[in-house]
Amino acid sequence: MKAALNSTVAACVAATVMVQPLAAEMLTELGAGEGQLNIVAWPGYIERGETVETFDWVTGFEEATGCMVNVKTANTSDEMVALMNEGGFDLVTASGDASLRMVAGKRVQPINTSLIPSWDTVDDRLKEAPWHFVDGTHYGTPYMWGPNILMYNTEIFGDTPPTSWSVVFEETTLPDGQSNQGRVQAYDGPIHIADAALYLMTHKPELGITSPYELNQDQYDAALDLLRVQRTLVSRYWHDAFIQIDDFKNEGMAASGSWPFQRNLLQGEGEPIASVFPKEGVTGWADTTMMHIDSENPNCAYMWMEHTLSSNLMSDLSVWFGANPAVPAACTDGRGMQTADGCTANGFDNFEQVRFWTTPVTSCESQGECVPYYRWVSDYIGVIGGR
Amino acid sequence: MAKAARSPLSDALWRRPNLLLVLLVTPPLLWLGIVYLGSLFALLAQSFFSIDEFSGLINYEFTLKTYGELLRASNFDILLRTIAMASAVTIGAAIVAFPIAYYAARYARGRWKAVFYLGVMLPLWSSYLVKVYSWKLILAKEGILNWLFETLHLAWVLEAYLAIPAIGGNSLSVSWTGTFLVFLYVWLPFMILPIQASLERVPPSMLEASGDLGARPGQTLRHVILPLALPGIIAGSIFTFSLTMGDYIIPQIVGTSARMIGQAVYQFQGTAGNIPLAAAFAVVPIVVMGIYLTLAKRAGAFNAL
Repeated sequence: MKAALNSTVAACVAATVMVQPLAAEMLTELGAGEGQLNIVAWPGYIERGETVETFDWVTGFEEATGCMVNVKTANTSDEMVALMNEGGFDLVTASGDASLRMVAGKRVQPINTSLIPSWDTVDDRLKEAPWHFVDGTHYGTPYMWGPNILMYNTEIFGDTPPTSWSVVFEETTLPDGQSNQGRVQAYDGPIHIADAALYLMTHKPELGITSPYELNQDQYDAALDLLRVQRTLVSRYWHDAFIQIDDFKNEGMAASGSWPFQRNLLQGEGEPIASVFPKEGVTGWADTTMMHIDSENPNCAYMWMEHTLSSNLMSDLSVWFGANPAVPAACTDGRGMQTADGCTANGFDNFEQVRFWTTPVTSCESQGECVPYYRWVSDYIGVIGGR
Repeated sequence: MAKAARSPLSDALWRRPNLLLVLLVTPPLLWLGIVYLGSLFALLAQSFFSIDEFSGLINYEFTLKTYGELLRASNFDILLRTIAMASAVTIGAAIVAFPIAYYAARYARGRWKAVFYLGVMLPLWSSYLVKVYSWKLILAKEGILNWLFETLHLAWVLEAYLAIPAIGGNSLSVSWTGTFLVFLYVWLPFMILPIQASLERVPPSMLEASGDLGARPGQTLRHVILPLALPGIIAGSIFTFSLTMGDYIIPQIVGTSARMIGQAVYQFQGTAGNIPLAAAFAVVPIVVMGIYLTLAKRAGAFNAL
């Protein structure tokens, strides 16, 4: 799969490079900071102590470098790609389903890793990950990664926590004796089709799915059929983490795919919430700090990338977001609040079981021809609309 | 000196009244022409482009492909769904608003009139988002409305209602009924005020004449009051219809997650970067409103203006 994506994107990049030379040259030497830095980020990713005072990894950076950080949050990968296409930003915390699109669209520039002194401390599993390392070139600095977990209400499930994604895909009777209909949620983004495909890998092996992001027409149709069943169970799809939190508190939600972020906040409020890694495995996200092709503040951008790897950021963010740092030492060396146990709870050792978000493309290695992402977008809107 | 400089100008304006008119009208016309219509046409132009499906970059060549995509079943559903919701909200708002406006125009006096205006306007002063989120809590499964039904031992009524397909759901907050109620609440003042204004203008002598000529109250309502109030109802319906058609916040917070036009525009433009398709979607409300206004004009709704 990695090789497939590599070659596809390499082909795209090669094709575009042949048409016109790269717009910007890679920086070879750091200068003085430009005084500001504009970042597109996931909500909760860049905290300056305003939400909770102890979670602050921006103020120290601003004081040390003089680069004032402006954050524009984006709720979906598609939104991030759109913002980067519009321009005016220096960095983006892109997930794997956005990063390759931006590389192919020439929205991000190669990174000179020798300008980032702490580059060697990056997790070896991430250094050359296919969602940012394309055709022998680094297009970003690994930031955070984490699993999409199955969150559930412990009062409803009691002593028998769910072990399978079936509670959100098929009508079942939950341990409290009532149907799951209307009491589960699903992610309101096309990438959720991959969760359905992952479920089918275990439950319909005859389809021969090898990667949930590489689906031929038959496999794709089977996944959509499963999602149509799910539509009858789901009363509202979630894409805003705080609306999902509200729904678990006020709508009697029993279970949903979710992020550790929501689980941590709900548990922090004393709600009866827990989460599991279901037996089918999980999808997950792995985010990369990528630099805009026309970044106006490249020096500050490089300083920020170094800051992400060397400061308390990785450690505290992994506690805050329930995710895993791209620098393994951040789990253990006490630079922030994270501990080895905390990383284990967030799935640090389950890296190999996580199917990371990648952009589905037409030409894929495992199948020859796969259903591309733009069809995922329009078909998922159709499924949610009852088609 | 100042007087000498001013007088030729005022002389010129006095001699040529048209000059004064041009001077006064040009700035607002420029505003309308450039800022409003200009941006509208820039948007319309986008809908004739298409998008490169992998990189998400826009292909700036004339094509009707994007409009073709509007007819795809899932997109066409969005159009029908939105128009149906906008119509339902408009009719609902007219039915609810008319008696309120009638009371305010005919019977409320003095302090009650002030109370009426305050009551209608008060919701407009608080934040739109606050209102929508509080409605989400009111309609929630564990919200106050459910509690009320349970306390009155009427939970079965609500459950029976929610079991109805299409308009029901797991709870009011995730059903189309919930979306409808929130729309109705949020846009109601825009319907009440124009109707009230039009009813104020109906001379009481006409109602007396109608009664003197032997019309029953119902006949007076149908043949005298309603036709005279129609311009107000149409004016209100233009607000409620177009506001519902373009809204993207309410269906996102309350409802079944199925998209409406505003959300589709937001998602295709803001999140998918598919500006051409978003623009094509945005053209639909303009066309629908154009048709609606034409029909309203044919029906004579603007004759009284």
